[in-house]
Amino acid sequence: MTAYDIEPGDKVHPGDPVIVDRYSTAARINHWITAISLILLALSGLALFHPSLFFLTGLFGGGQATRAIHPWIGVVLFFSFLGLFIRFWRANLWVRTDSVWLSRLRDVLSAHEERLPEVGKYNAGQKVVFWSMSLLIIILIATGFVIWDIYFGQYTTIEQKRVAVLIHSIAAVTIICVWIVHVYAAIWVKGTINAMTRGQVTGGWAWRHHRKWLRELVSGKGSS
Amino acid sequence: MAFEYELSNPPTENIESKLGPGDLVRRSASSVPPPQRQLEPVAKLIDISKCIGCKACQAACLEWNDLRQPIGYNHGTYDNPLDLTPQSLTVMRYTEWVNPETNNLEWLIRKDGCMHCADPGCLKACPAPGAIVQYSNGIVDFVHENCIGCGYCIKGCPFNIPRISKVDNTAYKCTLCSDRIAVGQGPACAKACPTHAIVFGTKEEMKKHAASRIKDLQDRGYKNAGLYDPPGVGGTHVMYVMRHADMPELYAGLPKNPRISRIVELWKGVTKYAGLAAIGTMTAIGFVHYLVNGANNVTPEEEERAKQLAERQS
Repeated sequence: MTAYDIEPGDKVHPGDPVIVDRYSTAARINHWITAISLILLALSGLALFHPSLFFLTGLFGGGQATRAIHPWIGVVLFFSFLGLFIRFWRANLWVRTDSVWLSRLRDVLSAHEERLPEVGKYNAGQKVVFWSMSLLIIILIATGFVIWDIYFGQYTTIEQKRVAVLIHSIAAVTIICVWIVHVYAAIWVKGTINAMTRGQVTGGWAWRHHRKWLRELVSGKGSS
Repeated sequence: MAFEYELSNPPTENIESKLGPGDLVRRSASSVPPPQRQLEPVAKLIDISKCIGCKACQAACLEWNDLRQPIGYNHGTYDNPLDLTPQSLTVMRYTEWVNPETNNLEWLIRKDGCMHCADPGCLKACPAPGAIVQYSNGIVDFVHENCIGCGYCIKGCPFNIPRISKVDNTAYKCTLCSDRIAVGQGPACAKACPTHAIVFGTKEEMKKHAASRIKDLQDRGYKNAGLYDPPGVGGTHVMYVMRHADMPELYAGLPKNPRISRIVELWKGVTKYAGLAAIGTMTAIGFVHYLVNGANNVTPEEEERAKQLAERQS
Protein backbone atom coordinates (compact mmCIF):
# COMPACT_ATOMS: atom_id res chain seq x y z
CA MET A 1 0.00 0.00 0.00
CA THR A 2 1.29 3.43 -0.86
CA ALA A 3 1.45 5.84 2.06
CA TYR A 4 -0.74 8.96 1.81
CA ASP A 5 2.26 11.24 1.74
CA ILE A 6 4.33 9.58 -0.98
CA GLU A 7 4.07 11.61 -4.16
CA PRO A 8 4.84 10.41 -7.68
CA GLY A 9 8.58 10.61 -8.31
CA ASP A 10 9.63 10.44 -4.64
CA LYS A 11 12.60 8.05 -4.60
CA VAL A 12 15.70 7.19 -2.54
CA HIS A 13 19.08 6.74 -4.19
CA PRO A 14 21.44 4.89 -1.82
CA GLY A 15 25.01 6.20 -1.87
CA ASP A 16 27.22 8.59 0.00
CA PRO A 17 25.44 10.74 0.73
CA VAL A 18 22.01 9.27 0.20
CA ILE A 19 20.02 11.39 -2.28
CA VAL A 20 16.24 11.60 -2.18
CA ASP A 21 14.10 12.82 -5.09
CA ARG A 22 11.51 15.15 -3.57
CA TYR A 23 9.99 17.25 -6.37
CA SER A 24 9.61 16.34 -10.05
CA THR A 25 10.62 18.81 -12.75
CA ALA A 26 6.96 19.52 -13.52
CA ALA A 27 6.21 20.21 -9.85
CA ARG A 28 9.15 22.58 -9.63
CA ILE A 29 8.17 24.51 -12.75
CA ASN A 30 4.64 24.67 -11.40
CA HIS A 31 5.97 25.96 -8.07
CA TRP A 32 8.13 28.67 -9.60
CA ILE A 33 5.37 29.99 -11.87
CA THR A 34 3.24 30.28 -8.74
CA ALA A 35 6.08 31.89 -6.80
CA ILE A 36 6.83 34.51 -9.45
CA SER A 37 3.12 35.29 -9.80
CA LEU A 38 2.75 35.67 -6.05
CA ILE A 39 5.71 38.04 -5.81
CA LEU A 40 4.48 40.15 -8.73
CA LEU A 41 1.01 40.24 -7.20
CA ALA A 42 2.39 41.31 -3.84
CA LEU A 43 4.45 44.09 -5.41
CA SER A 44 1.66 45.42 -7.63
CA GLY A 45 -0.94 44.99 -4.90
CA LEU A 46 1.12 46.73 -2.23
CA ALA A 47 1.69 49.60 -4.68
CA LEU A 48 -2.05 50.27 -4.63
CA PHE A 49 -2.42 49.43 -0.93
CA HIS A 50 -0.29 52.11 0.68
CA PRO A 51 0.71 55.48 -0.83
CA SER A 52 4.29 55.07 0.40
CA LEU A 53 4.60 52.03 -1.88
CA PHE A 54 2.99 53.58 -4.96
CA PHE A 55 6.46 53.90 -6.51
CA LEU A 56 6.38 50.12 -7.05
CA THR A 57 4.02 50.79 -9.97
CA GLY A 58 7.20 51.85 -11.80
CA LEU A 59 8.15 48.15 -12.00
CA PHE A 60 5.05 47.48 -14.07
CA GLY A 61 5.14 50.51 -16.35
CA GLY A 62 3.10 52.99 -14.33
CA GLY A 63 -0.14 53.17 -12.38
CA GLN A 64 -2.48 52.40 -15.27
CA ALA A 65 -0.43 49.37 -16.32
CA THR A 66 -0.21 48.10 -12.73
CA ARG A 67 -3.97 48.41 -12.33
CA ALA A 68 -4.53 46.58 -15.60
CA ILE A 69 -2.04 43.73 -15.12
CA HIS A 70 -2.53 42.87 -11.43
CA PRO A 71 -5.80 40.93 -11.89
CA TRP A 72 -4.41 38.99 -14.86
CA ILE A 73 -1.42 37.86 -12.82
CA GLY A 74 -4.00 36.81 -10.24
CA VAL A 75 -5.67 34.57 -12.79
CA VAL A 76 -2.29 33.02 -13.67
CA LEU A 77 -1.58 32.44 -9.99
CA PHE A 78 -4.96 30.86 -9.42
CA PHE A 79 -4.54 28.24 -12.13
CA SER A 80 -0.89 27.70 -11.32
CA PHE A 81 -1.71 27.16 -7.65
CA LEU A 82 -4.56 24.89 -8.66
CA GLY A 83 -1.88 22.70 -10.25
CA LEU A 84 0.09 22.65 -7.01
CA PHE A 85 -3.06 21.93 -5.06
CA ILE A 86 -3.87 18.90 -7.18
CA ARG A 87 -0.30 17.64 -6.76
CA PHE A 88 0.08 18.22 -3.05
CA TRP A 89 -3.32 18.09 -1.32
CA ARG A 90 -3.22 14.39 -0.41
CA ALA A 91 0.19 14.58 1.25
CA ASN A 92 -1.04 17.63 3.17
CA LEU A 93 -3.97 15.89 4.83
CA TRP A 94 -3.85 16.43 8.57
CA VAL A 95 -2.84 13.49 10.72
CA ARG A 96 -2.87 13.05 14.49
CA THR A 97 0.87 13.53 14.93
CA ASP A 98 0.62 16.92 13.19
CA SER A 99 -1.24 18.27 16.19
CA VAL A 100 1.47 16.92 18.49
CA TRP A 101 4.14 18.53 16.30
CA LEU A 102 2.32 21.85 16.29
CA SER A 103 1.84 21.78 20.07
CA ARG A 104 5.64 21.60 20.42
CA LEU A 105 6.29 24.70 18.36
CA ARG A 106 8.92 25.80 20.89
CA ASP A 107 10.99 22.69 20.06
CA VAL A 108 10.39 23.29 16.35
CA LEU A 109 11.69 26.84 16.53
CA SER A 110 14.70 25.86 18.65
CA ALA A 111 15.55 23.06 16.18
CA HIS A 112 15.07 20.21 18.70
CA GLU A 113 13.87 17.79 16.04
CA GLU A 114 14.61 14.86 18.37
CA ARG A 115 11.76 15.93 20.66
CA LEU A 116 9.22 15.91 17.82
CA PRO A 117 7.23 13.02 16.37
CA GLU A 118 8.59 11.60 13.12
CA VAL A 119 7.23 13.60 10.20
CA GLY A 120 5.94 12.43 6.80
CA LYS A 121 6.54 14.33 3.57
CA TYR A 122 5.18 17.53 5.10
CA ASN A 123 5.28 18.73 8.68
CA ALA A 124 2.39 20.50 10.35
CA GLY A 125 3.89 23.91 9.61
CA GLN A 126 4.09 23.17 5.92
CA LYS A 127 0.53 21.87 6.00
CA VAL A 128 -0.69 25.05 7.69
CA VAL A 129 1.07 27.08 4.99
CA PHE A 130 -0.47 24.89 2.27
CA TRP A 131 -4.03 25.12 3.53
CA SER A 132 -3.74 28.83 4.40
CA MET A 133 -2.49 29.57 0.89
CA SER A 134 -5.32 27.49 -0.61
CA LEU A 135 -8.00 29.25 1.41
CA LEU A 136 -6.54 32.73 0.96
CA ILE A 137 -6.14 32.32 -2.80
CA ILE A 138 -9.81 31.35 -3.09
CA ILE A 139 -10.76 34.42 -1.06
CA LEU A 140 -8.45 36.66 -3.09
CA ILE A 141 -9.65 35.50 -6.50
CA ALA A 142 -13.32 35.72 -5.46
CA THR A 143 -13.03 39.22 -4.01
CA GLY A 144 -10.68 40.17 -6.84
CA PHE A 145 -13.34 39.50 -9.43
CA VAL A 146 -15.78 41.73 -7.51
CA ILE A 147 -13.35 44.68 -7.73
CA TRP A 148 -12.15 43.95 -11.29
CA ASP A 149 -14.31 46.84 -12.43
CA ILE A 150 -13.28 46.95 -16.07
CA TYR A 151 -14.92 43.59 -16.83
CA PHE A 152 -17.10 42.76 -13.85
CA GLY A 153 -18.04 46.15 -12.41
CA GLN A 154 -21.68 45.93 -13.41
CA TYR A 155 -22.43 42.67 -11.58
CA THR A 156 -22.11 43.89 -8.01
CA THR A 157 -23.27 46.83 -5.94
CA ILE A 158 -20.92 49.48 -4.62
CA GLU A 159 -21.49 48.24 -1.08
CA GLN A 160 -20.48 44.71 -2.12
CA LYS A 161 -17.36 46.14 -3.78
CA ARG A 162 -16.46 47.99 -0.58
CA VAL A 163 -16.68 44.79 1.44
CA ALA A 164 -14.74 42.93 -1.25
CA VAL A 165 -11.89 45.43 -1.37
CA LEU A 166 -11.54 45.34 2.42
CA ILE A 167 -11.50 41.53 2.53
CA HIS A 168 -9.12 41.46 -0.44
CA SER A 169 -6.62 43.72 1.29
CA ILE A 170 -6.77 41.84 4.61
CA ALA A 171 -6.41 38.48 2.83
CA ALA A 172 -3.49 39.88 0.81
CA VAL A 173 -1.65 41.05 3.93
CA THR A 174 -2.28 37.64 5.51
CA ILE A 175 -0.98 35.71 2.50
CA ILE A 176 2.15 37.88 2.41
CA CYS A 177 2.74 36.99 6.07
CA VAL A 178 2.21 33.29 5.28
CA TRP A 179 4.62 33.67 2.38
CA ILE A 180 7.24 35.18 4.72
CA VAL A 181 6.91 32.13 7.00
CA HIS A 182 7.26 29.86 3.95
CA VAL A 183 10.36 31.60 2.61
CA TYR A 184 11.94 31.97 6.03
CA ALA A 185 11.51 28.27 6.79
CA ALA A 186 13.16 27.40 3.48
CA ILE A 187 16.12 29.65 4.27
CA TRP A 188 16.46 28.64 7.91
CA VAL A 189 16.27 24.88 7.36
CA LYS A 190 19.44 24.30 5.37
CA GLY A 191 19.18 21.92 2.45
CA THR A 192 15.56 22.76 1.78
CA ILE A 193 15.90 25.13 -1.17
CA ASN A 194 17.65 22.42 -3.17
CA ALA A 195 14.39 20.49 -3.08
CA MET A 196 12.70 23.18 -5.16
CA THR A 197 15.67 24.05 -7.37
CA ARG A 198 17.25 20.67 -8.17
CA GLY A 199 14.37 18.54 -6.92
CA GLN A 200 16.59 16.61 -4.51
CA VAL A 201 17.51 16.57 -0.84
CA THR A 202 20.13 14.60 1.03
CA GLY A 203 19.26 11.52 3.04
CA GLY A 204 20.41 13.31 6.18
CA TRP A 205 17.98 16.14 5.51
CA ALA A 206 15.15 13.66 5.08
CA TRP A 207 16.27 11.75 8.21
CA ARG A 208 16.33 14.95 10.28
CA HIS A 209 13.14 16.58 9.05
CA HIS A 210 10.92 13.97 7.38
CA ARG A 211 12.01 10.66 8.85
CA LYS A 212 8.65 8.92 8.47
CA TRP A 213 8.63 9.81 4.77
CA LEU A 214 12.21 8.50 4.38
CA ARG A 215 11.33 5.24 6.14
CA GLU A 216 8.29 4.81 3.90
CA LEU A 217 10.42 5.39 0.82
CA VAL A 218 13.20 2.95 1.76
CA SER A 219 10.70 0.30 2.86
CA GLY A 220 9.26 0.38 -0.64
CA LYS A 221 5.92 2.00 0.09
CA GLY A 222 6.79 4.59 -2.49
CA SER A 223 7.51 2.25 -5.35
CA SER A 224 4.45 1.68 -7.42
CA MET B 1 -34.44 94.41 -10.47
CA ALA B 2 -31.53 92.35 -11.73
CA PHE B 3 -31.00 88.96 -10.09
CA GLU B 4 -28.59 89.36 -7.22
CA TYR B 5 -26.36 86.41 -8.12
CA GLU B 6 -26.33 86.88 -11.89
CA LEU B 7 -23.10 85.49 -13.33
CA SER B 8 -21.01 87.92 -15.29
CA ASN B 9 -20.19 87.41 -18.95
CA PRO B 10 -16.66 86.28 -19.78
CA PRO B 11 -14.10 89.02 -20.24
CA THR B 12 -12.56 89.55 -23.66
CA GLU B 13 -8.98 90.10 -22.48
CA ASN B 14 -6.72 87.35 -21.19
CA ILE B 15 -6.89 86.88 -17.47
CA GLU B 16 -4.71 84.94 -15.13
CA SER B 17 -5.93 81.76 -13.44
CA LYS B 18 -6.76 82.35 -9.80
CA LEU B 19 -6.67 78.65 -8.95
CA GLY B 20 -3.25 77.05 -8.86
CA PRO B 21 -1.28 74.19 -7.28
CA GLY B 22 -0.62 76.47 -4.33
CA ASP B 23 -4.30 76.43 -3.46
CA LEU B 24 -4.53 72.70 -2.79
CA VAL B 25 -5.57 71.64 0.68
CA ARG B 26 -5.65 67.90 -0.04
CA ARG B 27 -3.98 65.70 -2.64
CA SER B 28 -4.78 61.99 -2.90
CA ALA B 29 -2.18 59.48 -1.63
CA SER B 30 0.25 62.31 -0.90
CA SER B 31 0.52 65.49 1.10
CA VAL B 32 0.63 69.15 0.18
CA PRO B 33 2.26 72.06 1.99
CA PRO B 34 -0.31 74.24 3.76
CA PRO B 35 -1.58 76.82 1.25
CA GLN B 36 -0.26 80.37 1.56
CA ARG B 37 -3.74 81.81 1.19
CA GLN B 38 -7.28 80.67 1.92
CA LEU B 39 -9.66 81.15 -0.99
CA GLU B 40 -13.23 82.10 -0.25
CA PRO B 41 -15.26 78.84 -0.17
CA VAL B 42 -17.63 78.68 -3.11
CA ALA B 43 -20.87 76.76 -3.59
CA LYS B 44 -23.42 75.88 -6.20
CA LEU B 45 -26.96 76.09 -4.93
CA ILE B 46 -29.56 74.04 -6.75
CA ASP B 47 -33.06 75.20 -5.92
CA ILE B 48 -35.16 72.16 -6.80
CA SER B 49 -38.38 74.14 -6.30
CA LYS B 50 -37.43 76.37 -9.22
CA CYS B 51 -36.23 73.67 -11.60
CA ILE B 52 -38.36 73.16 -14.69
CA GLY B 53 -36.41 70.10 -15.91
CA CYS B 54 -35.34 71.66 -19.20
CA LYS B 55 -31.89 70.02 -19.15
CA ALA B 56 -30.18 73.22 -20.24
CA CYS B 57 -27.64 72.43 -17.51
CA GLN B 58 -26.93 69.01 -19.03
CA ALA B 59 -26.48 70.55 -22.46
CA ALA B 60 -24.27 73.34 -21.11
CA CYS B 61 -22.14 70.79 -19.25
CA LEU B 62 -21.54 68.73 -22.39
CA GLU B 63 -20.87 71.90 -24.34
CA TRP B 64 -18.38 73.48 -21.97
CA ASN B 65 -16.50 70.25 -21.24
CA ASP B 66 -16.49 69.32 -24.93
CA LEU B 67 -18.07 65.94 -24.25
CA ARG B 68 -20.52 64.01 -26.44
CA GLN B 69 -23.00 61.61 -24.89
CA PRO B 70 -23.65 58.81 -27.40
CA ILE B 71 -27.30 58.58 -28.42
CA GLY B 72 -28.97 56.05 -26.15
CA TYR B 73 -32.47 54.68 -25.71
CA ASN B 74 -35.72 56.03 -24.37
CA HIS B 75 -36.31 54.07 -21.20
CA GLY B 76 -39.82 55.38 -20.73
CA THR B 77 -38.77 58.15 -18.37
CA TYR B 78 -37.49 61.68 -18.78
CA ASP B 79 -34.09 60.63 -17.45
CA ASN B 80 -31.72 60.75 -20.38
CA PRO B 81 -29.20 59.28 -20.12
CA LEU B 82 -30.50 57.01 -17.38
CA ASP B 83 -27.41 57.45 -15.23
CA LEU B 84 -24.26 59.52 -14.97
CA THR B 85 -21.63 58.53 -17.53
CA PRO B 86 -18.02 59.55 -18.23
CA GLN B 87 -19.54 62.10 -20.65
CA SER B 88 -22.65 63.18 -18.75
CA LEU B 89 -21.17 64.62 -15.59
CA THR B 90 -24.59 65.84 -14.56
CA VAL B 91 -27.98 64.18 -15.10
CA MET B 92 -31.50 65.32 -14.27
CA ARG B 93 -33.36 62.71 -12.24
CA TYR B 94 -37.16 62.90 -12.40
CA THR B 95 -39.34 61.51 -9.65
CA GLU B 96 -43.15 61.53 -9.65
CA TRP B 97 -44.48 61.58 -6.12
CA VAL B 98 -47.99 61.88 -4.75
CA ASN B 99 -47.85 63.98 -1.63
CA PRO B 100 -50.09 62.13 0.85
CA GLU B 101 -50.92 65.36 2.70
CA THR B 102 -52.24 67.24 -0.31
CA ASN B 103 -52.92 64.35 -2.71
CA ASN B 104 -51.06 66.41 -5.30
CA LEU B 105 -48.72 64.85 -7.82
CA GLU B 106 -45.33 66.47 -7.35
CA TRP B 107 -42.66 66.31 -9.98
CA LEU B 108 -39.36 66.27 -8.13
CA ILE B 109 -36.44 66.98 -10.43
CA ARG B 110 -32.94 66.71 -9.04
CA LYS B 111 -29.83 67.65 -10.91
CA ASP B 112 -27.43 64.87 -9.91
CA GLY B 113 -23.66 65.20 -9.97
CA CYS B 114 -20.65 65.59 -7.73
CA MET B 115 -21.51 67.26 -4.42
CA HIS B 116 -17.93 68.47 -3.79
CA CYS B 117 -17.85 67.19 -0.20
CA ALA B 118 -15.70 69.01 2.32
CA ASP B 119 -14.59 65.52 3.42
CA PRO B 120 -14.34 63.76 0.05
CA GLY B 121 -14.60 59.97 0.17
CA CYS B 122 -13.19 59.65 -3.36
CA LEU B 123 -10.01 61.42 -2.36
CA LYS B 124 -9.70 59.30 0.77
CA ALA B 125 -9.98 56.08 -1.22
CA CYS B 126 -7.72 57.09 -4.13
CA PRO B 127 -4.37 55.24 -4.25
CA ALA B 128 -2.78 57.35 -7.00
CA PRO B 129 -0.80 60.39 -5.82
CA GLY B 130 -2.39 63.58 -7.10
CA ALA B 131 -5.22 61.97 -9.07
CA ILE B 132 -7.79 63.72 -6.85
CA VAL B 133 -7.21 67.16 -5.40
CA GLN B 134 -9.16 69.55 -3.22
CA TYR B 135 -8.74 73.31 -3.43
CA SER B 136 -9.12 75.68 -0.52
CA ASN B 137 -12.31 77.06 -2.11
CA GLY B 138 -13.88 73.62 -1.73
CA ILE B 139 -13.64 72.28 -5.28
CA VAL B 140 -12.77 68.57 -5.55
CA ASP B 141 -11.18 67.85 -8.91
CA PHE B 142 -9.92 64.77 -10.76
CA VAL B 143 -6.52 65.07 -12.45
CA HIS B 144 -6.72 62.66 -15.35
CA GLU B 145 -3.02 62.27 -16.07
CA ASN B 146 -2.52 60.88 -12.55
CA CYS B 147 -5.60 58.65 -12.54
CA ILE B 148 -4.97 54.90 -12.87
CA GLY B 149 -8.60 53.87 -13.40
CA CYS B 150 -8.83 51.54 -10.39
CA GLY B 151 -12.35 52.65 -9.41
CA TYR B 152 -11.50 53.12 -5.71
CA CYS B 153 -13.10 56.61 -5.88
CA ILE B 154 -16.41 54.94 -6.75
CA LYS B 155 -16.15 52.87 -3.56
CA GLY B 156 -15.22 55.94 -1.52
CA CYS B 157 -18.01 58.20 -2.80
CA PRO B 158 -21.14 58.33 -0.60
CA PHE B 159 -23.19 59.62 -3.56
CA ASN B 160 -22.22 57.12 -6.31
CA ILE B 161 -20.89 59.79 -8.66
CA PRO B 162 -17.59 58.95 -10.40
CA ARG B 163 -17.68 56.95 -13.63
CA ILE B 164 -14.72 55.26 -15.31
CA SER B 165 -14.32 55.84 -19.03
CA LYS B 166 -13.80 52.72 -21.13
CA VAL B 167 -11.93 54.93 -23.59
CA ASP B 168 -9.08 56.28 -21.49
CA ASN B 169 -9.66 54.27 -18.28
CA THR B 170 -9.81 57.29 -16.04
CA ALA B 171 -12.54 58.50 -13.70
CA TYR B 172 -14.84 61.39 -14.59
CA LYS B 173 -17.14 63.61 -12.57
CA CYS B 174 -18.31 67.21 -12.33
CA THR B 175 -15.36 69.60 -11.88
CA LEU B 176 -17.65 72.38 -10.65
CA CYS B 177 -16.17 74.01 -13.76
CA SER B 178 -12.93 74.61 -11.87
CA ASP B 179 -11.45 75.97 -15.11
CA ARG B 180 -14.20 78.60 -15.35
CA ILE B 181 -14.12 79.44 -11.66
CA ALA B 182 -10.34 79.90 -11.91
CA VAL B 183 -10.98 82.88 -14.17
CA GLY B 184 -13.86 84.37 -12.23
CA GLN B 185 -16.72 82.71 -14.06
CA GLY B 186 -19.44 80.50 -12.65
CA PRO B 187 -20.16 76.90 -13.65
CA ALA B 188 -21.58 76.38 -17.14
CA CYS B 189 -24.77 74.80 -15.78
CA ALA B 190 -25.46 77.81 -13.56
CA LYS B 191 -24.83 80.16 -16.46
CA ALA B 192 -27.28 78.25 -18.66
CA CYS B 193 -30.08 77.77 -16.15
CA PRO B 194 -33.05 79.87 -17.38
CA THR B 195 -34.89 79.99 -14.03
CA HIS B 196 -31.97 80.68 -11.69
CA ALA B 197 -32.59 77.32 -10.11
CA ILE B 198 -28.81 76.88 -10.25
CA VAL B 199 -27.00 79.73 -8.55
CA PHE B 200 -23.30 80.08 -7.88
CA GLY B 201 -21.44 82.26 -5.39
CA THR B 202 -19.55 82.07 -2.15
CA LYS B 203 -20.83 79.43 0.23
CA GLU B 204 -21.92 82.15 2.66
CA GLU B 205 -23.90 83.97 -0.04
CA MET B 206 -25.50 80.73 -1.17
CA LYS B 207 -26.56 79.85 2.36
CA LYS B 208 -28.09 83.33 2.70
CA HIS B 209 -29.85 83.01 -0.63
CA ALA B 210 -31.08 79.53 0.36
CA ALA B 211 -32.47 80.90 3.61
CA SER B 212 -34.59 83.45 1.74
CA ARG B 213 -35.80 80.76 -0.66
CA ILE B 214 -36.64 78.41 2.20
CA LYS B 215 -38.57 81.15 3.98
CA ASP B 216 -40.54 81.80 0.82
CA LEU B 217 -41.35 78.09 0.44
CA GLN B 218 -42.34 77.79 4.10
CA ASP B 219 -44.60 80.82 3.76
CA ARG B 220 -46.27 79.01 0.89
CA GLY B 221 -47.03 75.96 3.00
CA TYR B 222 -43.95 73.78 2.53
CA LYS B 223 -43.21 73.60 6.22
CA ASN B 224 -40.38 71.07 5.73
CA ALA B 225 -38.56 73.13 3.11
CA GLY B 226 -34.87 73.28 3.85
CA LEU B 227 -31.27 73.19 2.75
CA TYR B 228 -29.31 70.03 1.94
CA ASP B 229 -25.76 70.59 3.16
CA PRO B 230 -25.09 67.24 4.86
CA PRO B 231 -22.79 67.49 7.90
CA GLY B 232 -21.79 63.81 7.67
CA VAL B 233 -19.38 64.69 4.86
CA GLY B 234 -18.41 68.03 6.40
CA GLY B 235 -20.97 69.89 4.30
CA THR B 236 -20.93 70.10 0.53
CA HIS B 237 -20.08 72.73 -2.03
CA VAL B 238 -23.11 71.76 -4.08
CA MET B 239 -26.28 72.27 -2.04
CA TYR B 240 -29.96 71.75 -2.69
CA VAL B 241 -33.00 73.75 -1.63
CA MET B 242 -35.79 71.21 -1.21
CA ARG B 243 -39.46 71.48 -0.46
CA HIS B 244 -39.19 68.21 1.47
CA ALA B 245 -35.82 68.49 3.15
CA ASP B 246 -37.02 66.04 5.80
CA MET B 247 -37.19 63.34 3.12
CA PRO B 248 -34.22 63.76 0.75
CA GLU B 249 -34.60 60.10 -0.32
CA LEU B 250 -37.69 61.19 -2.29
CA TYR B 251 -35.38 62.97 -4.70
CA ALA B 252 -34.17 59.90 -6.60
CA GLY B 253 -32.63 58.36 -3.51
CA LEU B 254 -30.49 61.22 -2.23
CA PRO B 255 -29.03 59.87 1.05
CA LYS B 256 -30.45 61.45 4.20
CA ASN B 257 -27.22 61.37 6.17
CA PRO B 258 -24.37 60.61 3.77
CA ARG B 259 -20.96 59.85 5.18
CA ILE B 260 -17.91 57.96 4.02
CA SER B 261 -18.70 54.26 4.43
CA ARG B 262 -17.27 52.75 7.61
CA ILE B 263 -15.91 49.92 5.50
CA VAL B 264 -13.93 52.43 3.44
CA GLU B 265 -12.72 54.12 6.65
CA LEU B 266 -11.58 50.73 7.95
CA TRP B 267 -9.87 49.84 4.69
CA LYS B 268 -8.10 53.17 4.30
CA GLY B 269 -7.50 53.57 8.03
CA VAL B 270 -6.39 50.84 10.40
CA THR B 271 -6.03 48.13 7.71
CA LYS B 272 -3.50 50.18 5.77
CA TYR B 273 -1.23 50.73 8.76
CA ALA B 274 -1.80 47.44 10.57
CA GLY B 275 -1.19 45.59 7.30
CA LEU B 276 2.23 47.09 6.73
CA ALA B 277 3.06 46.68 10.42
CA ALA B 278 2.14 42.98 10.27
CA ILE B 279 4.35 42.39 7.24
CA GLY B 280 7.22 44.29 8.84
CA THR B 281 6.82 42.41 12.13
CA MET B 282 6.89 39.02 10.41
CA THR B 283 10.07 39.97 8.59
CA ALA B 284 11.67 41.25 11.80
CA ILE B 285 10.76 38.05 13.66
CA GLY B 286 12.48 36.08 10.92
CA PHE B 287 15.67 38.11 11.21
CA VAL B 288 15.74 37.93 15.00
CA HIS B 289 15.04 34.19 15.00
CA TYR B 290 17.92 33.57 12.62
CA LEU B 291 20.28 35.77 14.63
CA VAL B 292 19.39 34.03 17.89
CA ASN B 293 19.14 30.42 16.70
CA GLY B 294 21.35 30.27 13.64
CA ALA B 295 20.74 27.96 10.74
CA ASN B 296 19.04 24.60 11.16
CA ASN B 297 21.76 22.34 9.78
CA VAL B 298 21.80 18.64 9.03
CA THR B 299 24.59 16.88 11.00
CA PRO B 300 27.04 14.33 9.54
CA GLU B 301 25.58 11.77 11.97
CA GLU B 302 22.18 12.24 10.39
CA GLU B 303 23.62 11.67 6.93
CA GLU B 304 25.22 8.49 8.31
CA ARG B 305 21.94 7.28 9.84
CA ALA B 306 20.19 7.83 6.51
CA LYS B 307 22.90 5.88 4.75
CA GLN B 308 22.54 2.97 7.18
CA LEU B 309 18.78 3.00 6.74
CA ALA B 310 19.02 3.02 2.93
CA GLU B 311 21.62 0.21 2.92
CA ARG B 312 19.69 -1.97 5.35
CA GLN B 313 16.64 -1.94 3.11
CA SER B 314 18.31 -2.28 -0.25
